[in-house]
Amino acid sequence: MSIAAKFEIEYLQYLDAEGKQVRDDLPAFAQDLDHMVELYKLMMSTRVFDAKSVALQRTGKLGTYASCLGHEAAHVGIGSAMRPEDVLAPSYREYGAQLYRGVQPREVYMYWGGDERGNDYRKEPARHDFAWSVPIATQCLHAAGSALAFKIRGEKRVAVCTIGDGGSSKGDFYGAINIAGAQNLPLVAVIVNNQWAISVPRKIQSGAPTLAQKGIAAGLFSIQVDGNDIIAVRKAMEDALERARSGQGGSVLELVTYRLGDHTTADDARRYRGEQEVKDAWAREPMKRLKHWLVAKGAWDEQKEEAWKAECDDWMDDEVNAYLETKTQPVTAMFDYTFAELPADLARQRDLALSLEHKAH
Amino acid sequence: MAQITLIEAVTQALAYEMAHDDSVVVLGEDVGVNGGVFRATQGLQQKFGELRVLDTPLDETTIAGVTVGLAAQGMKPVAEAQFEGFIYPMMEQIACHAARMRNRTRGRITVPAVFRAPWGGGIHAPEHHSEANEHLFANIPGLRVVLPSSPARAYGLLLAAIRDPDPVVFFEPKRIYRQYKEEVPDDGEALPLDVCFVLRDGGDVTLVTWGAQVKECLEAADALAEEGIGAEVIDVATLTPLDFDTIAESVHKTGRCVIVHEAPKTAGFGAEIAARVAEECLYDLLAPVERVTGYDVHTPLYRLEMKQMPSTARIVEAAKRTLAAS
Repeated sequence: MSIAAKFEIEYLQYLDAEGKQVRDDLPAFAQDLDHMVELYKLMMSTRVFDAKSVALQRTGKLGTYASCLGHEAAHVGIGSAMRPEDVLAPSYREYGAQLYRGVQPREVYMYWGGDERGNDYRKEPARHDFAWSVPIATQCLHAAGSALAFKIRGEKRVAVCTIGDGGSSKGDFYGAINIAGAQNLPLVAVIVNNQWAISVPRKIQSGAPTLAQKGIAAGLFSIQVDGNDIIAVRKAMEDALERARSGQGGSVLELVTYRLGDHTTADDARRYRGEQEVKDAWAREPMKRLKHWLVAKGAWDEQKEEAWKAECDDWMDDEVNAYLETKTQPVTAMFDYTFAELPADLARQRDLALSLEHKAH
Repeated sequence: MAQITLIEAVTQALAYEMAHDDSVVVLGEDVGVNGGVFRATQGLQQKFGELRVLDTPLDETTIAGVTVGLAAQGMKPVAEAQFEGFIYPMMEQIACHAARMRNRTRGRITVPAVFRAPWGGGIHAPEHHSEANEHLFANIPGLRVVLPSSPARAYGLLLAAIRDPDPVVFFEPKRIYRQYKEEVPDDGEALPLDVCFVLRDGGDVTLVTWGAQVKECLEAADALAEEGIGAEVIDVATLTPLDFDTIAESVHKTGRCVIVHEAPKTAGFGAEIAARVAEECLYDLLAPVERVTGYDVHTPLYRLEMKQMPSTARIVEAAKRTLAAS
């Protein structure tokens, strides 16, 4: 028998569910405990932010919201590994990555609260990142196109896209990694495999034993990572970004995690998954293991935890207030960004909408 | 000065803009060494390199999505769909992203991209190679739908489309790609978007059309002139945003309106123009508005395709009906 091609998928993990280090070769960033504390703090602020968002929705102050509970290591790992000049093309729940890159919680609230200005990220580097992309996996091609622009212009920048396990079924995802392989583009495609695409479980999403191996089909470096272990996520991201930046091509990372919450606030996951499964997933969640590890290293304690949590609460209160105090856009705002210049025909419709406002007042 | 065809005018516009603006790139299937299946990109890869004239994998979704990404990073991509009948996989990226990125981000990210496609029937092509479905795009806010109808307008409008800060779908009537030549100076002068072109003045009836049917309408105007009937011919050129004022002015003058297009009748773009005429010109009308269009059928395979298309005779008859009405 002759073999045309052979492949294997590495699984990367540094911290197990209890926070025990399973390998000795800690990457450089993980040897800097101050930095690891910073990552833990951002994971925590992401969780506090997320809980606040859900509470806002439950009290009628926010529209439908997609929670990121349980994805903190995956998202902060992605965001913290990227350089400012890189570009992120997220789907719609990667807040941990986005907060790291300067998206403000008030902007997230505005978007889910029905105001397009939430997508007009004011702070760099988020300001040059893509906005949330609701049509599944379409953003992967925006990242591939961005990566092509970087290659054409000879810029040492990398485009990163994130999708879910369900998103990896879509042609847009395959199209993106395929052209990245064919054109050697600086693209890092991250599958955040949280096991559930709304109600459809991972096992009937694909017959492939790993989702990472889809990258092999495109000729990309591909790896599966414990997505609840921030050291593993960050390390895999750093390596992938470095390969892409130095012209060694794109990567597909599968971050194995779990969606601890509902798909969105409009969903009720109890309809399709059992309590025991969720309970088991909580035992593997990302915050606890990192905390145990940091506490064991003497870098973190309960006092610090309480103090930081209080700071996060204050921060979120300020952000919520800023959001709630934001006035609704004038009716003309729905017209003003349709084209660079308002066409005459549309100007007449804008005038009509405006005149109706005046009548209403 | 050399006389060139419509397809050569497309090539000339692409080459001009690529030479004068480094951010312009061309991508699509077979656009590279092969120069495109119609040769629209002939010689461009040799001149501008493999990166700026990129042969993509064979996936329309990839072409469209990558185009959005390129444009979002400040490039000016000109994507080619090999045939307009293959554009459907691109529609999600065009409607959900290209056309709404500016609105979604309050102007933070824009998509100055052109999606070119050889459009319409009449070249004896296989199934799915002869579609006219511009109306599907005319309903997408934030998108320009442009159809040139002569070499000079192909050159000028394509330059304008590439320079436009918003996305444009640019449908090239392939039936007249090589129908005739005219002088098109390679001077980089764009023609205006968002305006109709009045190609012939006439006082009795207004013929409103776009794309390849401009030819039949001009022929119809000639035939009508022989009978002493003055037909004004308007090439809409940019379907959306529509310059209805030019159409209204003409209908005000003639009192009669015949709309001609190759696409199916029901909910075709002619329906929009007819509705606007009814809204804004009813009291100018001396006769009911006529539409001469493709039937509400799938584009037939090539033995019957010309029977589906509005003919000069059908246009002349419709114009005469409007004259007989008053």
